[in-house]
Amino acid sequence: MSSSRWVTVIFSVFLAISLIASVLLQRGVDQLRTGATLEEVLYISSPQALKRLSLGYDGLLADIYWTRAVQYYGNKHHDGARRFDLLAPLLEITTALDPQLLVAYEYGANFLAPQPPNGAGMPERAIALEEFGIRNNPNAWQLYYNAGFIHYMELKDYAGAAKAFARGAQVPNAHPFLAILAGKMAEHAGDRQMARMMWGTSYQTTKDINVRANAAAHLRALQVDEDVTNLEALTARYQQQTGRFPSSFSELEAAGMLRGTPRDPLGQSYKLMPDGSVDLRTPDDFPFIEKGMPAGYEPPVSPKILPSD
Amino acid sequence: MAAIEILGLEKTYSIGFWRKRPKHALRPLDLKVEEGEIFGFLGPNGAGKTTTLKLLMGLIFPTAGSARILGMAVDDPRMKAQIGFLPEQPYFYDYLTARELLEYYGQLSGVEAKQRWFRVNEVLQRVGLPDVGGVQLRKFSKGMLQRVGIAQAILHDPKVVFFDEPMSGLDPMGRREVRDLMAQLKVEGKTVFFSTHILSDAEALCDRVGIIHQGELRGVGAVADLTSSVHGKVEVVWQGTTVPASLRALGAECHVTRDTVRAMLSEANQDAAIEALRRERLRLVSVTPVRTSLEDYYLQKLQPANATVGVGAKA
Amino acid sequence: MNSRIAHIASNTFREAVRDRVLYNLIVFALLMSAAAVVVGQISIDIERLVVINLGLTAVSLFGMVIAIFIGIGLVSKEIEKRTLYTVLSRPVRRWEFIVGKFFGLAGTLAVNTFFMAIGVFVALLYVSHRFQNQAGWVLVALYFIILQFLIITALTLFFSSFSSPLLSAVFAFSLFVIGSFAEDLRGFASMTQGTTRWLATGAAYLVPNFSALNIITSVAHSQPVSGQLVLYNSAYALVYTAMAICGAVLVFERRNLK
Repeated sequence: MSSSRWVTVIFSVFLAISLIASVLLQRGVDQLRTGATLEEVLYISSPQALKRLSLGYDGLLADIYWTRAVQYYGNKHHDGARRFDLLAPLLEITTALDPQLLVAYEYGANFLAPQPPNGAGMPERAIALEEFGIRNNPNAWQLYYNAGFIHYMELKDYAGAAKAFARGAQVPNAHPFLAILAGKMAEHAGDRQMARMMWGTSYQTTKDINVRANAAAHLRALQVDEDVTNLEALTARYQQQTGRFPSSFSELEAAGMLRGTPRDPLGQSYKLMPDGSVDLRTPDDFPFIEKGMPAGYEPPVSPKILPSD
Repeated sequence: MAAIEILGLEKTYSIGFWRKRPKHALRPLDLKVEEGEIFGFLGPNGAGKTTTLKLLMGLIFPTAGSARILGMAVDDPRMKAQIGFLPEQPYFYDYLTARELLEYYGQLSGVEAKQRWFRVNEVLQRVGLPDVGGVQLRKFSKGMLQRVGIAQAILHDPKVVFFDEPMSGLDPMGRREVRDLMAQLKVEGKTVFFSTHILSDAEALCDRVGIIHQGELRGVGAVADLTSSVHGKVEVVWQGTTVPASLRALGAECHVTRDTVRAMLSEANQDAAIEALRRERLRLVSVTPVRTSLEDYYLQKLQPANATVGVGAKA
Repeated sequence: MNSRIAHIASNTFREAVRDRVLYNLIVFALLMSAAAVVVGQISIDIERLVVINLGLTAVSLFGMVIAIFIGIGLVSKEIEKRTLYTVLSRPVRRWEFIVGKFFGLAGTLAVNTFFMAIGVFVALLYVSHRFQNQAGWVLVALYFIILQFLIITALTLFFSSFSSPLLSAVFAFSLFVIGSFAEDLRGFASMTQGTTRWLATGAAYLVPNFSALNIITSVAHSQPVSGQLVLYNSAYALVYTAMAICGAVLVFERRNLK
């Protein structure tokens, strides 16, 4: 039996070696081909043709493209990319294959429309995506919301936003905020309260963790902006009254202008600067802020979005 | 050196899905076949003959024990170059012609290219298929396939040949031819090991036989020994229907058919019986010593296992 | 040893030919001719695209089907029909038998693909009236398709060595589909956690990576292929094929034939 044993030994060794080799080689191939599969979406000039070719398995294919889209955005965002060329085709193909995949349209509003590094910076294409979704799902209020959102946030087209929200409000079972947003748009367009309302709606209504985390980050930023504005107004008043800026928040407290040490949305106290400005201690934790940044502060290339609560 | 040496070869299958019950296809077998012998492996269907052959060919693996052919292990390619095997009801690649199959097998058996053509033709002639070399095997009858099977088994001039039920599917003419061929193989000095349940063939051909039943070897011995006239009786046949009283007095058992009488009596009374017939002017037809037939031995060995286990492991 | 493997391989090839497998080439030729003629009427530029896409996809699919349908019978049919008995009683080692069968089927597929390649190039010539550098990339794509065939043949052989023809076909076809999404599978795996992640990643690496070997789309758009990728893919296909064959040998060595 020994020759049979030899055969067993030799071939087992070969098997083990080739197994290890195949894993290593695959890793090598992956390096060479990063994104190659994804780039092929650029060649799919007709998503409709793809849908026909998928022979009825379009749902599965849509899921695959959707997952690719999520990964693509996540990886790019993580690397601080400024271009997200493939996001639009990926989302368009996903929705062509499965027009009812609502979360894809949500991504369109939250990650396709905004400017880099947070998004692909393609608001018009995102609008087109939402319109496509609306044509296929006329009773999905979320899509009108998305469209209005893009009009407001990226295109600064407040009239267009109001129109979209109004259309959405008429859909049965629409979220009550749509009517409110439509109504308030006329007077409050552009102010912080509006933005807060919209991000709050996004935060509450989405089921996707990435979208929710993004909305939370925006809400925190709005909070910081408001806090800093208020605090700097207080220090300015103090300066007017006493001729100098306060050196600490307790002085403001003593002057009856403040109650307790002001804290940022993550619980850290604000820093009072000698020139009366108020800064965050950890500005890196707050992407999207417009105020509260220390002098000479450069926001990081890839904004850090904390996992949502 | 023994041509085939089997030591404690055993094969047990476990059948059943949940509680595995063992099925003893072959209980520990000890057997030795010398070179130049024709050995017949007898037994009813399902006795374990094919299992034994498959174990010897390395098609299945034993649960215990070992076997050596020409002194070499069962999986040794050097040994396999010197043996030939005909399985029961053989199948061959039916998209090949007979000649192509034999050429292919010749290649695998290491027959040199120069000799192959000759050998193939020679062996086709020998098994009685001289003209069908170019016909596809899918068109062959069962008998023809059997002959091809024999052809591929002897093509490379092996020293030991294993046949599993070589007569199956053959008409009486074919069986005669195969018997002659096997006898011829022995004359050429080859060892032949074949299994069968047809006793007359075994009796005619074999030097030694082994009887296997329910996976167990029940008896082994030389045919001559086993069929010697142990009873010491003779059968006397004469014409007519009368049984003389004198013969009855000798203790003859008589059996009358139309115009002959067959009587069995002991060998010692043979001369007295002939004398009696002569006196009665009855026409003697034949006097034949009665031998134990192989059939008797066979049937006896097939009895439940508390019967004798073996006349002896060696001839 | 080598001559026996060669003999088994050539006999396997002969069996495939006599099984009229090569008749698929006629169907393929008809398909390509029809496509070329039809497409020749449409606007320029897209004809090359269609011919390459259609041609290479057809080569790939036809070959896969042949590989699986012949592959599943390589071992299991021989065991069922007991043609194996008289082969294994000869000085043929069991592993030589497996390796010989592999080369026989691989050879059949290579020959088949060669003829199909001619068909694709003829159709390409017809629609674009001259060869371009693209033709070189098409050859690379064909080479990768042949690598895919090697892998699927070895896998089908592996399954054939221990399971029935039907199950072997199901397994092999499933691995073909899953393998075409191997890169996505690794992506999925990286999104899971804990034990699931280990298992998913393991499975993702074990599955044959057909997605890396499928460059039909990029070749149709005249995208170049890096030489390094060719090297890596060749090595990978070789290694994976060897792995599957080793598996087949190890299973077959210990198998009791009925």
